[in-house]
Amino acid sequence: MNPALDAKIQTAVRPDATWGSLLELATKEVFQIMLQSDLNTRPKSLEDVASGDTTAMVGLAGSLCGVLSIRCASRTAESMAGRMLGSVGPVAASDVADAIAEICNMVAGNFKGKISLLADHCMLSVPTVIRGDDYEMVTIADGEQIAASFGYENGVIWVSLAVHS
Amino acid sequence: MKRPRILIVDDSSVMRKIVERSLRQAGLELGDIVEAGNGIEALAAVNAGPFDLILSDINMPAMDGIEFLRQLVTIESCKGTPVVMVTTEGSESRVVEALSIGAKGYIRKPFTPDQIKERVTPLLEVLR
Repeated sequence: MNPALDAKIQTAVRPDATWGSLLELATKEVFQIMLQSDLNTRPKSLEDVASGDTTAMVGLAGSLCGVLSIRCASRTAESMAGRMLGSVGPVAASDVADAIAEICNMVAGNFKGKISLLADHCMLSVPTVIRGDDYEMVTIADGEQIAASFGYENGVIWVSLAVHS
Repeated sequence: MKRPRILIVDDSSVMRKIVERSLRQAGLELGDIVEAGNGIEALAAVNAGPFDLILSDINMPAMDGIEFLRQLVTIESCKGTPVVMVTTEGSESRVVEALSIGAKGYIRKPFTPDQIKERVTPLLEVLR
């Protein structure tokens, strides 16, 4: 028996109707504070499928298990990195990956901090970034998926939380 | 006032740059800024020379900020060096753990330069 694991299982948290708006708020706050950028929430649509050649992911484990991901085009990721760094010129590819990873990490941390039952009972993994021209994100998560998309400059940013049941 | 020598510990190089920029935007006069990507690198840096302030992330690969802090407080030459945790960690228990080991405070990411200034300035007053 593992008492710590048992305690987390006993406090397992399931998504509720507020989580969508909390995910939007957590994302907007990170962009406002760290990039001085106001995101515009895009209307929800079944045709709105995440795309783009850059994805950052952070795993959640404990009272909630799942993956929070942010996906966008590389030029959007470059713009985000430039804003974070206060850089007007080109940004090194390594800094672009690092920046979107850190944004994803902050959104995940900010989101879980808004849900009292998650804050103390859910751990975040170190972020992972995927870059490439042709890939499809397939999650094995068998629970709910909470997603939002935002207009950012001339691009789109998709944020999603895939929950394991 | 002596210009403080500061160690910034974070696995994200972008975040290390942002923390340094925020310290400068806060109007603090800074001495050397040294960067480390995890707790192991940070311990090597503190063994190479003393710091007036350490700002450390918690969630890092290789050695996290809690373990770094735990080892730091056992180093005689580092006793009295203030450590502030800079973290996305929303967990009160992790923050309380860091404070109980000896951290002097914490800053949640995302943060503003004013929040850095508010937390760091009192810790640097002793250098006056």
